[in-house]
Amino acid sequence: MSFFSHYDYWVMLFLAMAGLFIVIARGNLIKKLVGLAILQTSVYLLYLAPGKLIGGTAPIVHTAFTLYSNPLPHVLILTAIVVGVATLALGLALAIRIREEYGTIEEDEILHSDTAPTKNESAT
Amino acid sequence: MMVAVVALTHVRNLFAVVVLFGLYSFLTATVMVALDAVDVAMTEAAVGAGVSTVLLLGALHLCRSEEEKPAHKPWLPLAVTIGTGLVLVYGTWDLPAFGDPEAPIHTHVAPRYLQDGPRETGVPNVVTAVLASYRGFDTLGETTVVFTAGIGVIALLRRRRHVREDKNT
Amino acid sequence: MKNDMILRIVGKLLIPFILMFALYVQFHGDFGPGGGFQAGTIVAATMVFYAIIYGLNTARRVLPDWIVEAMIAAGVLLYLGVGFAGLLLGGNFLDYFVLDADPVVGQHRGIFWIELGVAITVCGVLLKIFYLFARRGPD
Repeated sequence: MSFFSHYDYWVMLFLAMAGLFIVIARGNLIKKLVGLAILQTSVYLLYLAPGKLIGGTAPIVHTAFTLYSNPLPHVLILTAIVVGVATLALGLALAIRIREEYGTIEEDEILHSDTAPTKNESAT
Repeated sequence: MMVAVVALTHVRNLFAVVVLFGLYSFLTATVMVALDAVDVAMTEAAVGAGVSTVLLLGALHLCRSEEEKPAHKPWLPLAVTIGTGLVLVYGTWDLPAFGDPEAPIHTHVAPRYLQDGPRETGVPNVVTAVLASYRGFDTLGETTVVFTAGIGVIALLRRRRHVREDKNT
Repeated sequence: MKNDMILRIVGKLLIPFILMFALYVQFHGDFGPGGGFQAGTIVAATMVFYAIIYGLNTARRVLPDWIVEAMIAAGVLLYLGVGFAGLLLGGNFLDYFVLDADPVVGQHRGIFWIELGVAITVCGVLLKIFYLFARRGPD
């Protein structure tokens, strides 16, 4: 097993970990959603890479070609892309509503304004 | 792509973040063409670089928050991320090499779909044949998920803001 | 944006061709890359383009809200209708080969209708989400 036979997995893992880092470490809601989208996209590449055969072509059957790449990951990832954009749209709608209710989309400010009223109620 | 993602992590202006995300989606679509996934590349280019960027820009316009505040030093998330990455790299030792035709993914159902698909369904594009005919239930579930997301967004965002303020006064 | 001549003229020239390309992608999904999702997304992107250039209210006159909301549901119902047609004609749910005397023609017919249903739903949902985002004023 040499470096060149597996490095495609490692590149995609780097991209996935970068997306995960954005989700965990950044407080802005929209940036978190972008990080989630990056994580999803890198996982698509992780699924598509093993399906490719060197010397093969796209899986559209034609008499001029004999070797085709594997069509099964393509089917799964097509569904995953559309579901991903649906999730992104719902997440953005939630972020907009949070912005209207709390006035901010920074995570620590939202948590602060959520815990502050209970402290006032316990004081009275 | 790695450069784009690292830049995206550090940039704080949210508009630049959205533009970098569009760039990343386009590069992903190009890589997918190189991996012979032409249907997926077209969908990723249309959906990821087109619709996702438009929705993010619309949400950014509504949220009006241009800059992100500086965070405390993120040592714990960095450690968690690097630890998870190393464990996953250890997990990829056993995966088949790139372009290996003896991998299990190529020996079970895929040759049957490639050989019998155009003959049984009359459709040369095997991806469409599998998506619409052999695995039609999954596509039904996916359409229902898109429908549910639309209904969810309608339920969240239906009332206008000034209507809500009239009800409060 | 309505007064910018270049955008208006280029938009008027390009939008019919983009819609034609979307129809091509939809119906040639059998022979080349393409299919329902891509075509629905391209039509939604065309309408977003039109709304950005000519204003949201003009776009909502071209495609009113009730049509877009009906499109969301109509696509899923079309898909389920094809499934139930397979059930009523003697096969299992979502069987296509019973839809015609020749099973291959039945497959073609089934694939055609469900791709159309998927395209209608995807286009309706994406367009409705854009309308909702664009209609709310910022605070």
